[in-house]
Amino acid sequence: MPAPIRLRELIRTIRTARTQAEEREMIQKECAAIRSSFREEDNTYRCRNVAKLLYMHMLGYPAHFGQLECLKLIASQKFTDKRIGYLGAMLLLDERQDVHLLMTNCIKNDLNHSTQYVQGLALCTLGCMGSSEMCRDLAGEVEKLLKTSNSYLRKKAALCAVHVIRKVPELMEMFLPATKNLLSEKNHGVLHTSVVLLTEMCERSPDMLAHFRKLVPQLVRILKNLIMSGYSPEHDVSGISDPFLQVRILRLLRILGKGDDDSSEAMNDILAQVATNTETSKNVGNAILYETVLTIMDIKSESGLRVLAINILGRFLLNNDKNIRYVALTSLLKTVQTDHNAVQRHRSTIVDCLKDLDVSIKRRAMELSFALVNGNNIRGMMKELLYFLDSCDPEFKADCASGVFLAAEKYAPSKRWHIDTIMRVLTTAGSYVRDDSVPNLIQLITNSVEMHAYTVQRLYKALLDDISQQPLVQVASWCIGEYGDLLVSGQCEEEEPIQVTEDEVLDVLEGLLVSNLSTPVTRGYALTAIMKLSTRFTSVNRIKKVVSIYGSSIDVELQQRAVEYNALFKKYDHMRPALLERMPIMEKTASNGPTEIVQTNGEAEPSVVEAKHPPPVTQPTNQANDLLDLLGGNDVVPVIQTTVPTKPASAGGELLDLLGDLSLSGGPAPAPATSVPSSQPAFLLDGLTSPPLFNDIAAAGIPPMTAYNKNGLKIDFTFERANPNPNIAVITIHASNSTEADMTDFVFQAAVPKTFQLQLLSPSSNVVPALNQGTVTQVIRVLNPQKQQLRMRIKLTYTHKGSAVQDLAEVNNFPPQSWQ
Amino acid sequence: MKIRFILIQNRAGKTRLAKWYMQFDDDEKQKLIEEVHAVVTVRDAKHTNFVEFRNFKIIYRRYAGLYFCICVDVTDNNLAYLEGIHNFVEVLNEYFHNVCELDLVFNFYKVYTVVDEMFLAGEIRETSQTKVLKQLLMLQSLE
Repeated sequence: MPAPIRLRELIRTIRTARTQAEEREMIQKECAAIRSSFREEDNTYRCRNVAKLLYMHMLGYPAHFGQLECLKLIASQKFTDKRIGYLGAMLLLDERQDVHLLMTNCIKNDLNHSTQYVQGLALCTLGCMGSSEMCRDLAGEVEKLLKTSNSYLRKKAALCAVHVIRKVPELMEMFLPATKNLLSEKNHGVLHTSVVLLTEMCERSPDMLAHFRKLVPQLVRILKNLIMSGYSPEHDVSGISDPFLQVRILRLLRILGKGDDDSSEAMNDILAQVATNTETSKNVGNAILYETVLTIMDIKSESGLRVLAINILGRFLLNNDKNIRYVALTSLLKTVQTDHNAVQRHRSTIVDCLKDLDVSIKRRAMELSFALVNGNNIRGMMKELLYFLDSCDPEFKADCASGVFLAAEKYAPSKRWHIDTIMRVLTTAGSYVRDDSVPNLIQLITNSVEMHAYTVQRLYKALLDDISQQPLVQVASWCIGEYGDLLVSGQCEEEEPIQVTEDEVLDVLEGLLVSNLSTPVTRGYALTAIMKLSTRFTSVNRIKKVVSIYGSSIDVELQQRAVEYNALFKKYDHMRPALLERMPIMEKTASNGPTEIVQTNGEAEPSVVEAKHPPPVTQPTNQANDLLDLLGGNDVVPVIQTTVPTKPASAGGELLDLLGDLSLSGGPAPAPATSVPSSQPAFLLDGLTSPPLFNDIAAAGIPPMTAYNKNGLKIDFTFERANPNPNIAVITIHASNSTEADMTDFVFQAAVPKTFQLQLLSPSSNVVPALNQGTVTQVIRVLNPQKQQLRMRIKLTYTHKGSAVQDLAEVNNFPPQSWQ
Repeated sequence: MKIRFILIQNRAGKTRLAKWYMQFDDDEKQKLIEEVHAVVTVRDAKHTNFVEFRNFKIIYRRYAGLYFCICVDVTDNNLAYLEGIHNFVEVLNEYFHNVCELDLVFNFYKVYTVVDEMFLAGEIRETSQTKVLKQLLMLQSLE
């Protein structure tokens, strides 16, 4: 068998291959040659063959048949053989192959070899790929080597020990005695590796941490020497002596000083010194400064030091090197929570970073900007952020949009500004906003009563421009539905009023219905908006036509809506005006949890949509029942995470109208029945079940009372105080029926005077069983900020023995504790 | 806090050195190599030298046609490892006398030795260039 070709030849040959196929062929041929050579057990060329094999492995070809050969090489006495053998072991073997255990003995022998290089090789291999079994077996040897006088070996042994500890943490104690003298080394390399070893031990075990705390003064001294002592050519990098060691020591100091006052105090001086003396012209210096800053932030440093750290970060931000800017932004993000004011000073630089070319810098800058927004700088910041939103990549738009919304809600200086901002976001990044921003915006609009005309006008104009952005279209159609009368009447104080006719408005809305760009949800909005306009506009016929066309639409949602609206026109025309009245102002409660509820004034808003939502099986087939469900029923609109407090006084106006209607037979009293947009199905369903909130509120010991007792129907009120807000009284009504027939379709409604606000939650059922077999319960929340005497007017409707019964009553006998 | 792997790749994606300090399957390794190549070669001079990759971070630097990549934890000091890469490259330069890619190809086992002299168990071991070079020359004399 001729001598196998040399490594160089092989490499050269392979490189001449022009195609992948050619290369593969060559390699296969060579592999075959190597395999036969291995079979021959030829010692002289084994090394060469394995080297070739390794090269082929690096190119990506399978080479596992060489594993055993590597072991044989390791066992050989020649240094070159060993070297290639260990290299092969590191590349080809790992702890998942059982073969690697065979290495253990070899490594053990080599660790005790006379030549330090062989020992070094063994340590290296063990440190790179030693499995836990191997580590356990060989830890003793490693520990012995830690104590040798040979610094070359000590370095390797220290890092090998690090690996052992990582694999088998229980062996940490074994290395403890050896560490005693480690820090008194002069040799930088050994010092460096010892610091790494100590760091690893401290991170793994809090006992070790406490033990090593006493080393802090020593570390400080070493660091000081490093900085002060002049020029040490060996470890010098660009004029700074051994930056790697400095960085490592700083890191160890960070771990030791975290949470501990004494150590932190001991470190303060040296940290300040490093921070001021290090040269920042090159990356090296900046690396050290960065580590220093991280350390200062983590330990309990004094405030002057922290300000110094943040100033360093600020200086980083102005650096030309984008790496450094990136690093600064990341750290500032971490510290902005704790040292908010200091970071504010660098706000303008951060905002400039929004315009950077690098994607990761932009993202960091955006997050940081949002964290820095507060009441004072909101206008300026928002301008920058909106500009950023215009020009940024799509991947940022969603986050930026939601950030803008949150910030705007918290710090909006005026309603008009708020609405303008939101509109701007919707027009620029409309398709990227989150789904829950639509209901939020709608709520915001209803709350700002004086802005209705302005808002609807602007939205209408936006719709004329562009109907592709769904959230914008949804909000716009909702508003037009609500405030269409304001639109056509042309009153607007804030802006030039535009002249719009009813037909034009209806054109736009119908356009939405037929457009390909509209999603089904949007179509639903549009249809409902058209319906609402039937009470606000004069030309009802056109609306009737549209609604009846969609009665046969393929989309089930639209069809159902259209059919029900049709029914409204035909059979229940007398209810239509009341049903489609203006929505009351929705209040927001302070919220921080999943059980948030929005309070409404007056009755719960029944929703057309809600009645249709799954599970459809509960749908009553009777149209009349549908409407009664609408009126009697249910509740509210969901989860909005803001902290805007409730605004009781402004709600008064709405309630006035509603209370006035109480005695009309035209419609159920304060029951504005407009459809809540269908984009909130999940939340609405949540609202369907009574929240358990009130169960755990401590009963304030207020005695229950009977509110109504006539014709066998008895209604009792029991009281509780809502915990977060002492002004809210929670009343649970219990309706029981002492006659022999059930009362079905039972609906309870209530209204309160102007100074109160009422929220009615869903009843437990619509049927009051006969003979007191059960009760229907429903929860009422009453907000009583002025602590006036609570009075209530209630209206009951039910069907008893086949006939519908309606009754009105006043409840005045509330116990004083309930409203005080 | 440790290095997961060190990778030297050329622009075409060929691996010139792959040192793993963590256990991976062969096909995982191959996938990682491909992913790193994809992430790193699309970035140009106006990007930073740090990339977030899976739940690690890659710190890389381009020297002529070769990308030197070190994969570390997210919490590590980027700038320090960047210096580490440069230190390593300077040693290679000294050892091979104006190193070029072909040197790394033909002497790959020597490159591994350099790596092992400077990094061990996922940490930087020796930072003094003179010392490393002295060791390497001694090792070479044993061959």
